Amino acid sequence: MADTNRRIAFICSKGDLDMAYPALIMGWAALGNGIDVTMFFTFWGLDLVTKKRVDRLEIAPVANTSFKMSMMGLPTGNLGIPNIMGIIPGMTAFASWFMKTKMKGLGVPPVREYLQMLSDGGAKMYGCKMTVDMFGIKKEDFLPCIESVVTAGDFMDMTEGSQIIFI
Amino acid sequence: MPTRTIAGKTVTVNDEGFMTNPAEWSKEIAAELAKEEGLPTLTDAHWKVIDYCRQEGTATGKAPTLRQITTGAAITTKDMFALFPKGPAKKVARISGLGKPEGCV
Repeated sequence: MADTNRRIAFICSKGDLDMAYPALIMGWAALGNGIDVTMFFTFWGLDLVTKKRVDRLEIAPVANTSFKMSMMGLPTGNLGIPNIMGIIPGMTAFASWFMKTKMKGLGVPPVREYLQMLSDGGAKMYGCKMTVDMFGIKKEDFLPCIESVVTAGDFMDMTEGSQIIFI
Repeated sequence: MPTRTIAGKTVTVNDEGFMTNPAEWSKEIAAELAKEEGLPTLTDAHWKVIDYCRQEGTATGKAPTLRQITTGAAITTKDMFALFPKGPAKKVARISGLGKPEGCV
């Protein structure tokens, strides 16, 4: 085995339910292949690692061009959910419930549990200092998987030689 | 399909070194493969996981994923990474004479 291990770092900048999973799934796959994983949560990505938000991540059908009615098993081909319908109260909640149900059916754990799995598997997770200051987030607001809050410069230092994926 | 001799027995393996016929597996082979994976001795805790994977592999024809192991064999993720460092599910699948685990979780 090589002396230096392969390393991957994820920058998670989105807080939507559908954008939470790419880093979790790829990070878990990386750990499963013996690759070191670092995750940096910035801007809306901090929603993924704050106690108040993690279980309430949502996906909005409005302005989401990939959101087709056929996803719900309707024989509607490429017909999207009309934006006018997407603004009806409850549509975002419905879409989020729908995605969570689908994920559960595939045996994919919820975001909170997934993060714990990654943390247990050795992934290092950090919050972005600038955004934390801007949003006024405190240490106790974070899930225990967050090791510390670091600057973008610190992140660059700790990911030297890593492949970096921005989400 | 290439073959190789492990612990005195000739078995078929794929390009990645995973055994292709689980029926050719033995405990001696497991011990030998474990050494190749950087595990000089297999403890009871290792065997508990290997036994579970063998059982699942025989029943389903597929190597269980890491999450399937942690939920099915009642072992924590932390312990799995401690027992089989750097890619636990893949490592235990190879030691158990099964194919590479498929699936993202």
